[in-house]
Amino acid sequence: MSALIDVASWVLLLAGGAFCMIGGLGLVRMPDFFTRMHAASVTDTLGAGLMLLGLMLQAGFSLVTVKLIVVGLLIFFTSPTATHALAQAALARGLQPLLAPQEEEDA
Amino acid sequence: MFTAAALALLVTVALALVRALAGPTVFDRAQAANTIGTVAMLLLAVIGFLTGRPDFLDLAIVYGLLNVVGTIAVLKFFRYGDLGEPGDETTTR
Repeated sequence: MSALIDVASWVLLLAGGAFCMIGGLGLVRMPDFFTRMHAASVTDTLGAGLMLLGLMLQAGFSLVTVKLIVVGLLIFFTSPTATHALAQAALARGLQPLLAPQEEEDA
Repeated sequence: MFTAAALALLVTVALALVRALAGPTVFDRAQAANTIGTVAMLLLAVIGFLTGRPDFLDLAIVYGLLNVVGTIAVLKFFRYGDLGEPGDETTTR
């Protein structure tokens, strides 16, 4: 049972690291600011979630798991807030999406 | 296995740093800084497990709080040109 939990935790950690790297790669390779924002949200949601879940499996039932849940909730609430503020600020400064139609802009 | 996760997070930090250095607008740099902050939280948690000292999680929580406050402050500054009252949108770079 312990070995099973260990293997599951390793798989979750590796998947989380892979999704974090995918998000970073998208941050470099995407052509537009808004698409880059979209790629960076992969790191914030799936990468962070899977990695924290793997660490929780490794920690068991203890105070460490509670702290990990607090970290997860922090990312869960603050990351969409920061992304929303970023998109609002970029639109307010007149940054248009790359493929947007010119007359109607409704992001 | 924690070492592999930490290496993946370091690669992510390097990629975000490339975007922060090459970003054409200031919002690209703010996005890269936000990503680096999130990954630094995860890296603190993983390093806590790697060295067997889970006290690093408290540092991760504090770093996350500082990260979101800093990101919102930078965005407000570059949207309004001022951290005080939301005036008209100036063109600070």
